[in-house]
Amino acid sequence: MDIKDIIKPENIVYEKPRLMNDNPMHYCPGCSHGVVHKIVAELVDEMGLEEKTIGIAPVGCAVFAYNYLDIDWIEAAHGRAPAVATAIKRLNPDKFVFTYQGDGDLAAIGTAETIHACNRGENIVIIFINNGIYGMTGGQMAPTTLLGMKTSTCPYGRTPELNGFPLKISNILAQLDGTCYITRQSVHNAAAIRKTKAAIKKAIENSMAKKGTSLVEVVSTCNAGWKKTPDEANKWMVENMFEKYPLGDIKNTVDE
Amino acid sequence: MNKMKKEIIVAGFGGQGILSLGKILAHAGLIEGKEITWMPSYGPEQRGGTANVTVILSDDRISSPVLNSYDVVVVLNQPSLDRFEKDVKPGGTIIYDSYGIRHTPTRKDINIYRIDAMDEAIEMGNARAFNMLVLGGILKVCPVVSTESIVNSLKESLAVRLHSLIPENEKAILHGMEIIKAEQEI
Amino acid sequence: MSEEIKLLKGNEAIAHAAIRYGADGYFGYPITPQSEIMETLMTLKPWESTGMVVLQAESEVAAINMVYGGAGSGKAVMTSSSSPGVSLKQEGMSYLAGTELPALIVNVMRGGPGLGTIQPSQADYFQAVKGGGHGDYKVITLAPSSVQEMADFVYLGFDLAFKYRNPAIILADGIIGQMMEKVILPPVRPRRTEEEIRTQCPWALQGKPKGRKPNILTSLELSPAVMEDNNLRFQAKYREIEKNEVRYEAIDCDDADYIIVAFGSLARICLKAQEMAREEGIKVGILRPITLWPFPSDVIAEYAKRVKGIISIELNAGQMVEDIRLAVNGAIDVKFYGRLGGIVPTPDEILEVIKKEYIK
Repeated sequence: MDIKDIIKPENIVYEKPRLMNDNPMHYCPGCSHGVVHKIVAELVDEMGLEEKTIGIAPVGCAVFAYNYLDIDWIEAAHGRAPAVATAIKRLNPDKFVFTYQGDGDLAAIGTAETIHACNRGENIVIIFINNGIYGMTGGQMAPTTLLGMKTSTCPYGRTPELNGFPLKISNILAQLDGTCYITRQSVHNAAAIRKTKAAIKKAIENSMAKKGTSLVEVVSTCNAGWKKTPDEANKWMVENMFEKYPLGDIKNTVDE
Repeated sequence: MNKMKKEIIVAGFGGQGILSLGKILAHAGLIEGKEITWMPSYGPEQRGGTANVTVILSDDRISSPVLNSYDVVVVLNQPSLDRFEKDVKPGGTIIYDSYGIRHTPTRKDINIYRIDAMDEAIEMGNARAFNMLVLGGILKVCPVVSTESIVNSLKESLAVRLHSLIPENEKAILHGMEIIKAEQEI
Repeated sequence: MSEEIKLLKGNEAIAHAAIRYGADGYFGYPITPQSEIMETLMTLKPWESTGMVVLQAESEVAAINMVYGGAGSGKAVMTSSSSPGVSLKQEGMSYLAGTELPALIVNVMRGGPGLGTIQPSQADYFQAVKGGGHGDYKVITLAPSSVQEMADFVYLGFDLAFKYRNPAIILADGIIGQMMEKVILPPVRPRRTEEEIRTQCPWALQGKPKGRKPNILTSLELSPAVMEDNNLRFQAKYREIEKNEVRYEAIDCDDADYIIVAFGSLARICLKAQEMAREEGIKVGILRPITLWPFPSDVIAEYAKRVKGIISIELNAGQMVEDIRLAVNGAIDVKFYGRLGGIVPTPDEILEVIKKEYIK
């Protein structure tokens, strides 16, 4: 059998999502971003939303998300993505509008915009990558950094006296009447990826049905920032991050 | 025909209805096709401190909204009288409400009118009539717009829910025309 | 609907004009002395008539970023604030300029620095005309001196913003915002349709149809060579704006011995002083820049060759005077008079200054 006999449409078991282009990613090998990008690309295509989708890229590692997914994008100032999304969705109510933000962007500098977009119940989807560190700027402390965790700005480990506590922002947002769906997922194995995909799909459906704000937190690794191999980082996340940030739905008023 | 231009300031306490008095006057000017500038003192001072409004009505383009002298100065408390008497143009007019006034105007080169609008409003049992009485007094000595335009202006300036008060306001304006007294005419 | 005559505050005129222009969105945060803009919009409920979105944001920062998003989708969007709030918006304005997005920003200036005063000021001149935020950029700056111009410049500001894909500012002050005048509201324009946005703003985010490349709006570019090219493109655009869009009003300048340069409300006060000076036989003219950027440098340079004196009068410690001095390039001594902290000079005071400086 020749190789050309194998490469046939009916034999395809996996292909790159149509909306992901061939630009080489700047993400470190082992980073969770690529997986979440892929999920978004798949869902936008599968749900027939390509012509309706507007993404808002943050400041942080995902600032370049627009280089990898072939949809319309705007790059927001640090922390302001929910405000940017608010206007786009209100002015274009039939579009699918989502932000893609890291923990520093969403839970530190952008806390006000995050809380108020959620409190207004903007019909947007927020995809929140929580890896407990600032990756883009070289591994500084994030609002979600665990106690005792070492970063370049808490080199002896985060202490409550100096740095306060890890911020469970998703739980705060779940208190707001404007949010309809808040869930915390991860992408460290196939089962987790499937669950995250189902969660983002539900969030998109909520936004298109104008049910309020949906947020999917993805507890993620930053193996470069954590100074671990991808495999070690996954293990460390399961053993440490999941304790503080347990997976599962935090709020779901849609299916109640 | 002579080109008309009148520069008027009304000054008193916040809450005396000074800004709305000015607004009604300005609206009447608009109805008569005049150029108008209505310039308030603004900020928290409108709520209790001193307040004033400058109203300029003119046939021509109006230059400065901020003035240092006026054709007509209307003062509704002592501090305003003390502050603005000197800013009446020579040959111009000052109107003061006598309520709480200890030092009356002293200039010899201006017309001086007194209106006991506060006493009258208290007498009428209608404190809200105060600014309309004053407006009537202003129109009597300085008929810069017609009474008809003022009445039409009330409709424009007052919220629709307050339109039932228009006859009452109209009456107060006419009454104000009667109670203003000349103390010195030059 | 055609023109409409109303008696309005400057702030109210902005709101009325925005709806009539067919603006798609307003995003703001309350601050004195300009809160009537949002209050008027909320009272007029344009979402029921034209479909215009009006939203009170959680901060000035959020508001300008809402404007950034709305502008990105090709919509005619605006915000308004006063000095302290406009400082907060500078980051967003830099992003608008760096992403080449059209938007209208209104600054009804009050005195600073810091929380300052709520009384009128022109102390944000530098911030407006020199860029204001980080990076080399310019914002088209319109200085209204009447309530009529508050309304007219909403139209002009949006039109210029879209023509050049650049933010525009209406730089007003507390006097213009708070005073009422007769205003002829310009004719109503319908809001642009999605199809019109698609053709007029091919860069706008509307969702990517199959066959079109993604529209990506960003000011980020890590390659210095490309970033320099981007900057050179911005600069070329700014030169084009400087060539085409200078606006000013010259009153009695042609026979003048002395010219007062003043903008906004202060130009009106100076005009009264100028009338008084003429009555006394002093030949004063007024040069009122309407666009503060682009600045009417050429016309000022021309007058500098003919007159005995030029004086800049401002509600600040001397900002526009620097641009005048650059314009005349030493040809004549340019004097300055300013009041600070919310104090507004009277016409008398200005006349005295003219006499003191020039009529010894």
